[in-house]
Amino acid sequence: MEICRHNDQIEISELDPFLAELLRQIPASASPDGVPTAEQRLFSSPTNGKEPELCAEWKQYVEPELRRLFQSATETVAADLEQLNGNEKSLANRTLHIPAKHTDAWLSALNQARLVIAAKNNFTELELSDHFRSPIGSRRDLSLFQINFYGFLQEFILRELND
Amino acid sequence: MTPAELIIPESARPIPTTAPYSLFELRAPYVSVSAMSRERRRGVECRAQRKDTEGTTRVLDETGSVTTAEPTKETRSAEDLDLPWQIVVHNDPVNLMSYVTMVFQRVFGYPREKAEKHMLEVHQKGRSILWAGMREPAELYVQQLHGYLLLATLEKLS
Repeated sequence: MEICRHNDQIEISELDPFLAELLRQIPASASPDGVPTAEQRLFSSPTNGKEPELCAEWKQYVEPELRRLFQSATETVAADLEQLNGNEKSLANRTLHIPAKHTDAWLSALNQARLVIAAKNNFTELELSDHFRSPIGSRRDLSLFQINFYGFLQEFILRELND
Repeated sequence: MTPAELIIPESARPIPTTAPYSLFELRAPYVSVSAMSRERRRGVECRAQRKDTEGTTRVLDETGSVTTAEPTKETRSAEDLDLPWQIVVHNDPVNLMSYVTMVFQRVFGYPREKAEKHMLEVHQKGRSILWAGMREPAELYVQQLHGYLLLATLEKLS
């Protein structure tokens, strides 16, 4: 896989089918549905449970706005990922272009996905800081790889934003 | 300083918290957190101003230091004033350090060095106080931080 900035977009080329599939899974991975711990992480209390009146208002008025924000980001990413659904051979390497104006949506969707995967798997801080674990021998290993891969993409996007 | 009235400049109407409101502008195809930032700034400018009993307007910044400003006509009752609240960001092993730094720069307008200092404090000590001031702008800051998926809370200063 190669990743570079190309004019007004980020180009991820030489994407093998495995990494392309991980990218396709970003929108689904970002959904906290059915996982209370993930839901709690994405929509955390503004006061650590204190100030019940404020928390109730937050739930009523702020949470829907946050849901819309997060959903909007994953929808943008899902639309970009349609580039990977071409008619080429299923085992061919692919190229993905991320427009510069979509980078905030990508940062958000990648972050959502990483937080939800971490919450679903209840990863410890030690596991999350182990970036060199290999090979992938279980579903849990794959989830950790997914978090690290998405983190790598976030880092690249952030670096491009800072330049 | 004894807070008595809250100054609300005409150009900086507060954003209501007791009724449904939309802080996000729909900008196809992505609803941006930065849109909320602009609304927040208006709220901050408004809420961070207080007037003492002599009528002098004082403006609080994020460090709690005070500068004076010209008084304006419109005021709010004392009950709308609240004791200062602080915004605390908590450590989270998933969020990237570079991402947290960027969020602090965007939300609070901090220079990179200051944003990194707070990020490292969160990372090493588990929490960092990012801002202190009145409740309404504090709520809006926390809302924006949650929009960036940081673990942020409001704490009342005792």
